Amino acid sequence: MKFVQNLFDATRPAVTTGKLKGLYPLHNALETMFFVPNHNAHSGAHVRDAIDMKRTMVTVIFALVPALIFGLFNAGYQHHLAIGQIESGWANFWTLENAMYGALKVVPMIAVTYIAGLAIEIYFAYRNKHAVNEGFLVSGLLIPLIMPVDIPLWMVAISTAFAVLIGKEVFGGTGMNILNPALTARAFAFFAYPTYMSGDKVWAGLSNVDGVSSATALGQYATTGSTDYSAWDAFLGIIPGSIGETSTVAILIGAVYLISTGVGSWKIMFSAVLGALAMGLVFNGVADLMISPEQQSYLAVPFYYHLVFGGFAFGAVFMATDPVSAAHTERGKWIYGFLVGVFSIMIRVFNPAYPEGVMLAILLMNVMAPLIDHYVVNANIQKRLKRAQTVQA
Amino acid sequence: MSTEVKPQEKERLFSKKNRKLLTDPFNESNPITVQVLGICSALAITVKMKPALVMGLSVIVVTAFSNLITSLIRNYIPNRIRIIVQLVVVAALVIIVDQILKAYVYDVSKQLSVFVGLIITNCIIMGRIEAFSLGNPPWKSFLDGIGNGAGYGAILIVVAFFRELLGSGTLFDVPILEPLGVYELGYKNNGMMLLPPMALIMLALVIWAQRSRTKSLIEKE
Repeated sequence: MKFVQNLFDATRPAVTTGKLKGLYPLHNALETMFFVPNHNAHSGAHVRDAIDMKRTMVTVIFALVPALIFGLFNAGYQHHLAIGQIESGWANFWTLENAMYGALKVVPMIAVTYIAGLAIEIYFAYRNKHAVNEGFLVSGLLIPLIMPVDIPLWMVAISTAFAVLIGKEVFGGTGMNILNPALTARAFAFFAYPTYMSGDKVWAGLSNVDGVSSATALGQYATTGSTDYSAWDAFLGIIPGSIGETSTVAILIGAVYLISTGVGSWKIMFSAVLGALAMGLVFNGVADLMISPEQQSYLAVPFYYHLVFGGFAFGAVFMATDPVSAAHTERGKWIYGFLVGVFSIMIRVFNPAYPEGVMLAILLMNVMAPLIDHYVVNANIQKRLKRAQTVQA
Repeated sequence: MSTEVKPQEKERLFSKKNRKLLTDPFNESNPITVQVLGICSALAITVKMKPALVMGLSVIVVTAFSNLITSLIRNYIPNRIRIIVQLVVVAALVIIVDQILKAYVYDVSKQLSVFVGLIITNCIIMGRIEAFSLGNPPWKSFLDGIGNGAGYGAILIVVAFFRELLGSGTLFDVPILEPLGVYELGYKNNGMMLLPPMALIMLALVIWAQRSRTKSLIEKE
């Protein structure tokens, strides 16, 4: 490590006072990635805490690791299964071959996302003369995890660039964005290249095998009203789907870690699950009133299925809890999370064009979050005002 | 003692001031990107270059002639009913344009559908009549109309250029990307470009680019 430290020390004069002044944000970003910054406060009293933005972001990345590792194995497993090389079953899941195939597909995606996103971030840091923000550390890992394995790398790059530029930088960078950047990237890819993303045939690393592809559970539901995958398989995660979204178990491990470190809001996660369950139950209840059989069959999907299929768990744990774009008030978080759950299931069931509703539900609620906060804050003011008046009277 | 009145110096047809009337709407007072008028039609008809061009031309004709006509009769219009008079003039011109489009470019006219008729509600036209031609001589008003119509059309063309090129891979329905061979490299058309939200985003990017170039447009905080 001494060598790295020396390297940074040696190059510091060049970027602080020397010719390469413009590169200071880049230097600073790389240095703080390796070492705890030795910045000192210059005035006033400051409370110093080890949880700065970088630590928060790294915590989220740790929480994503189980889903990522499971995704690697699952990518290889689904691929080998689809080309008929292996039998289905857990015996063939945790194999080196699967992991190798998954890594070959996923690692380039992660690399492309980071290169495309960071290039724009660094350019804007340089242009606006501020340090490179850490926000993209998480977005850069989230984006590959919510993409199908098969998507061409250039689409990943364009979606990432769009999300960072239009979703974040035009609003003023990290912390100012209205929408979750990772979901913005997915939404862009979803609407721009629907054939790659549309949900029914998004899987499975098969570009070299023509005519073979496996439908996701939600895709099957949207077209036929039933699925081959059991809820238990979906819970464990050996079903086709985007890289990080399939295994509810792996996501739950991440959720526990996020909640225990206090980084993710348990209120949002919990109320999102409540919302989804409530909506699922309502749909189950009214299923018999529907006339057309397709509508009926989708409405009658057992309510707990919605929690384990598709990207719901991933969205509720990692996307809806984004501290920037979620509601900020404590009561607002309950409302926000609940509505995320409700709209996710509603879009899934009612709109056959969008087999997956979580992305759109969270983006919609991202937009609504400031409104929720506004009313929660106002209600609080009114309440206290009333109290003060009764005390006075 | 002569009471000879010194003849007023006649302003040249394309004096500096008049030229400014033509060129200003392209940048500093562009109807779409600066005054944010006429957005709805800009979103609706910029999927392809051809309708955008035809729409731009139609709006140039309507703004120019409605400005000219109202300016000619500006001293005879009773102030109270001026909006009705303006509407009559604009409506007549729009109907003429609509009929001409139907007669000569029927397919484009079908694509533009209601938006030709809706030129009458385009805020640019009423805005220019109210703000300019009611208080200025005919020639100037005519130039102002052409300038604003063209400023509007220019933005439509820019937005439509990117939307058609990236969304369909064509320009004026002529394949551009296919002969270049980019599809063989794995390129796919961007379906989002064909959806209305992308027009809004393209417009925002145009405004961004324009403001970075013309610093005088940036509001002081």
